[in-house]
Amino acid sequence: MIDVFGIDALSVLVFGPALSAFVVASLASLGPSKQVGRWVALILSLLLALLSIKVFFDYQAAGLAIGDDQFIVTQDSAWFEALNSRWTLGIDGISAVMVLLTGILTPLAILASWNIEDRSNMHLALLLLFETGSMGVFVAMDLMVFFLFYELTLVPMYFLINQWGSLPKAGVKFSGRFYASTKFMLYSFGGTLGMLLATQLIGWSAGTFNITALTETWPLFRQGEALLGTDVSTVKALAFVGFFVAFSIKIPIWPFHTWLPDAHGEAPTAGSMLLAGIMLKLGAYGFIRLVIPFFPDVWLTEVAIIGVNVATLFAILSVVGIVLGAFAAFGQTDIKRLVAYSSVNHMGFVGIGIAVMAQTYAQIWTGANPNPDLQSAILATNGTVLQMFNHGLSSAGMFLLAGALYHKTHTRELGDYGGLWVKAPVMGAILLFTSFASLGLPGLNGFVSEFLIVRGAWPVFTTLTAIAMIGLLFTGGYILKGIRAVLHGPFNMRWRDYNLELTPAELLGMAPLLVLMLLTGVYPNWILPIINTTVSTIFAGLAS
Amino acid sequence: MDFLNDPNALPWLIPAGPLLAFLIITLITNKSKLTPATDQHEYGGHHPDYEGMSVPVVHPWSRVISVVVGMVGVIAALLISWQTLSIASQLHHIGEEVLASSIVWMDTGDTTFNMGVLVDPATVIMLVMVPIAVLMIFIYSIGYMAHDPRQARFFALISLFAGAMLTLVVADNVLLLFVGWEIMGVCSYMLIGFWFEKESAYKAAIKAFTTTRIADVVMLLGIAYLYSITGTLSFREIMYNPETLDMLATTTPIIFGGWTVSAASIIGIFLIIGTVGKSAQFPLHVWLPDAMEGPTPVSAMIHAAAMVSAGIFSLIRLYPLFAAGGDPHHGLMTEPLAFMAVVGAFTALLAATMAVAQNDVKAVLAYSTISQLGFMMAALGIGAYIAAAFHLITHAFFKALLFMAAGSVIHGMEHGEHHVHEHAHGHPSPDASGETRGVEHFDPQDMFNMGGLRKTMPVTFWTFLIGGLSLSGLPIITAGFWSKDEILADAWLGIEKYGSGAHALVFVLLALAAFMTAFYTMRQISLTFGGEPRTEAAKHASLGQGLISFTMTLPLIILAAFAIVAGFVGVPTDFPVLGPIFSPEYNAFHHLVIEALPLSESTAAFASLPDYHPHAPPFNIVPVATSFMVALLGLWLGYMVYWRNPLKAGQSDPLVKSLGPLHPLFKNRYYLDDIYGDVFVKPSQWLARQVITFLDRGIIDAILHIIARISTWLGDLTKVLNLWLIDGVGDGIPIAIFNFGGWLRRMQTGRIQQYLLLVLIAAVLIGIVLVLSSGAALAQ
Repeated sequence: MIDVFGIDALSVLVFGPALSAFVVASLASLGPSKQVGRWVALILSLLLALLSIKVFFDYQAAGLAIGDDQFIVTQDSAWFEALNSRWTLGIDGISAVMVLLTGILTPLAILASWNIEDRSNMHLALLLLFETGSMGVFVAMDLMVFFLFYELTLVPMYFLINQWGSLPKAGVKFSGRFYASTKFMLYSFGGTLGMLLATQLIGWSAGTFNITALTETWPLFRQGEALLGTDVSTVKALAFVGFFVAFSIKIPIWPFHTWLPDAHGEAPTAGSMLLAGIMLKLGAYGFIRLVIPFFPDVWLTEVAIIGVNVATLFAILSVVGIVLGAFAAFGQTDIKRLVAYSSVNHMGFVGIGIAVMAQTYAQIWTGANPNPDLQSAILATNGTVLQMFNHGLSSAGMFLLAGALYHKTHTRELGDYGGLWVKAPVMGAILLFTSFASLGLPGLNGFVSEFLIVRGAWPVFTTLTAIAMIGLLFTGGYILKGIRAVLHGPFNMRWRDYNLELTPAELLGMAPLLVLMLLTGVYPNWILPIINTTVSTIFAGLAS
Repeated sequence: MDFLNDPNALPWLIPAGPLLAFLIITLITNKSKLTPATDQHEYGGHHPDYEGMSVPVVHPWSRVISVVVGMVGVIAALLISWQTLSIASQLHHIGEEVLASSIVWMDTGDTTFNMGVLVDPATVIMLVMVPIAVLMIFIYSIGYMAHDPRQARFFALISLFAGAMLTLVVADNVLLLFVGWEIMGVCSYMLIGFWFEKESAYKAAIKAFTTTRIADVVMLLGIAYLYSITGTLSFREIMYNPETLDMLATTTPIIFGGWTVSAASIIGIFLIIGTVGKSAQFPLHVWLPDAMEGPTPVSAMIHAAAMVSAGIFSLIRLYPLFAAGGDPHHGLMTEPLAFMAVVGAFTALLAATMAVAQNDVKAVLAYSTISQLGFMMAALGIGAYIAAAFHLITHAFFKALLFMAAGSVIHGMEHGEHHVHEHAHGHPSPDASGETRGVEHFDPQDMFNMGGLRKTMPVTFWTFLIGGLSLSGLPIITAGFWSKDEILADAWLGIEKYGSGAHALVFVLLALAAFMTAFYTMRQISLTFGGEPRTEAAKHASLGQGLISFTMTLPLIILAAFAIVAGFVGVPTDFPVLGPIFSPEYNAFHHLVIEALPLSESTAAFASLPDYHPHAPPFNIVPVATSFMVALLGLWLGYMVYWRNPLKAGQSDPLVKSLGPLHPLFKNRYYLDDIYGDVFVKPSQWLARQVITFLDRGIIDAILHIIARISTWLGDLTKVLNLWLIDGVGDGIPIAIFNFGGWLRRMQTGRIQQYLLLVLIAAVLIGIVLVLSSGAALAQ
């Protein structure tokens, strides 16, 4: 792993954005024009993007095979000794992919907010601060540090929505952005309360916050004994619920999703891009990194009323999210809310993949199933991680395009558009491409991951997978509805004198996304081996 | 460099040409200039006018480049296909030996998923048909789209379409086939909605995509299931591997296990449903007639060369799976086979009845496509594998021909209409009704506006006639006869030898459908080309002169040749007189295609598997006589009703009377579209709205808002308590002390009487206290 002037790359990825944010923010008071601030933010974020790409390929070049040590730890130093919390940073294949995604999306978000005039330096600084938060989550190997960065992402996002969100609609006194940002903040914050308690509990009782160590020890911790005066399994189940709710809200798993259409709908373009592109992945990442390895036995616990185990319940909720998310998107008249609901739909597949992984992982760990379907679990998990990456690309792209439209027309109502392809052929072509990537067209990125998840989930949750197909069908429905409303039909003469074509900055912001969508669809093995090795290692480590 | 010299790698390059053409056209030919959107020449016909607006339109040179690049791409595909075919023909024993090459596409645990190309006999026949048909469509498009400002986009999309079809043809696994399959779906969506400003166009596009997607998601499940059970999706490893087929045929499925079906049957039916959508079989056929909203070359592409053929081709590819566990040649049907036989035969007849009552020249062809695809599906269902493949190829040629000829007719009619308009002052139209039709609602596709076109468009007439006769199965000389006859011969064999009900059903329904096919084709030919012109436009209809006319007629002539000779490669050896001439040693088509199936020696060891190499049905007079009779009878009837007594302008269709109440039923497609709209579309739109308003806002958000309300209320309560109680107490104590002090101060008035009074009161109080307390002490 490379160093940057003697500092390890991951630390730079974590602190670099915060430092850049500071620089960009202070430029505002130092006097240079907004344009300077934009360029500085763009260049700094591009450097960080290059570094994240380098980190990704360095990890790949390390040539780890299945069964090797999963993590490359670059930094381990004392941090909060009183709590036994240490500053440990490291990556495996899963976090490498997420680091890459975060690194790539941030400069694109900056490009997408190129023409924001209102306190632009502060706006860009918040985007960079958000990058610090999410990078921190993805490379943290210490539970306390993980939590810290997890919460840190909320702050910039809250201000982005609250201050730069949508303009009030005609005739309404207050803009929806205040409601949306408050809802977002309370929802997320309320969700993480339990997680904070659970983090404290685990760290206090196990004596360490190190995630790798906890993966080994915590599931076995005082099995059958008492903790805090009750049976340890009860305590663990409560801790599980704390994490479960926090991460389910973030993904979002139905019915914890209602913050999302508001937040995405009202956020500024760059905010929506990062929200959908990166923030939702924090939840899924949390499940894979923490909830599944820490609580394997809890996943197999029967839920009293429903009569299925937790993993199946999670799969059921995910499928409900897939189907209802698609329906809700299909029923929208607001383009950004349509795209927002499409996230509920797509992240539902991530949910099923996690459920398959959890079920199989738990079965192997507990020995409940002497003959677990390992291949399906590996494929589903590979698909899940790839789907996180793919959804990051396509949802960011969709939000960029929706934001571009909103910025030019100041309306998000689908009925106000119509026939825009006539006037904006390039925008039209790119919107079609991105929409079809989002739809899961074979040959583009989304298909590969969805196919892997469907393939992996089929033997494990057969009926649920079949039901999920209804959602996949209506994915087509809402995508075509969006295309039809924006591009097709006679041109709406209201926009006769508007320039609806993408600006160069927007075009530049879309280009890397388009290339990656095509590349991943045509040749997924540029990224899959890394994921596959890590995922296979996780399962191989269990069996031995 | 080894890669380039390896003949096995050559098939990779077949789809590369058109795919690259798509990429190049999309990326480089998008320089545009702003053009006023009212320009009649640029925007005539399919694009509305926008007052006072300029829109970007690609430069003329961009359009030229796009045409050139598109043509180069498809010609490259054709040449590489030929080269591949010549290499394949040198294989010692094609079938056992194949051209194959693959790369690692995806890591899956400690195994990999490979993507590759494969040239086996099934690919070979498609490589003969697809590139030629596609090239003809491209040539035709040059003329047909010459005046469209979006010509570059058209060539980009149709190149992608061709590339996707060729990818599907050379794919060596189900997943790559599915990739090509879906990309074609998107291309057809974009091309059907090519004139996207028209409501009918974008609606048809959405309908096509959504309907086929219903089938595609089921097919995706089938693919996932197949992959999870076998661990591979490669055609060779599944379809040419008796062990895998046997395993699939004897495994109990993961769902519907209680129905005593095998996993092979469940997977088979899932995969067949994909084709039901793609090849427009009942009940998912509704999209195909609407798909005519696209430019006519697209119709030819969808209906003949590519999309719908892809559905049947995939069934041919997957056939060993469907037949595993049964033996159709001995009357033993598996569930997938029975499903195909019933759906196919039913669709063939149903669509034929609908075609009879259509007035739109392209609609008739669209329904006939559905019907003919039903023939192929039914043929596969009864195990007539070769016959299905044969009909697929011959049908592709004559249907591409018919569509493009119909396109020429439409083009000619539009031309005539234009002519009438320009000369309206000089030549006042004598036909008032025709004129009013012409100005406002002139429909250049309505056959009742045509008539007599044989005189003004002779090449179109003759080629259309050849295509039509081939479709009708005119005995001996047309390709359509040979392929249809073979299906009936196979069906008859099943009835005669094993008394199979499925074979009987197929035989009867297909014979009826063939009769109707001949009839409606003759009706179409007569209405379009026979008699006298019924409108002014028809009188002046022509393709004009020059390059456009040339590019639109050349493909017709070439395809007309194929519509005749393509049949002679598959003449049965024992057919009287002709057999010894065309197939002296063996039936060439049969001999080649059968090798795509697993060898008899390899399957013999497995009880669950049939012999995939049965003998061709021996010559039997019953099916041949039936083929002769239905074709000739249908043609004769059509000739008598429509050609001998040509309709006059304004005269209504004699069928309306003779069919009675059936006519509106046929014409309105059995009202299926309306039923689907009411049963599926509207409820799902309603449900979508309910999910947002009732579920998300009404319940989930409402609960959250209640929590928020309670929290706010609690907060307010705390605030009030703070103000009244805590603040009240906190602030109250100092205030009370202050007040008490004030009150005390008032007592120090300096008057002796008051002080004495106070002393007195105090003494009395103390006295009472003392007395009471001593009393209490005494009581103890």
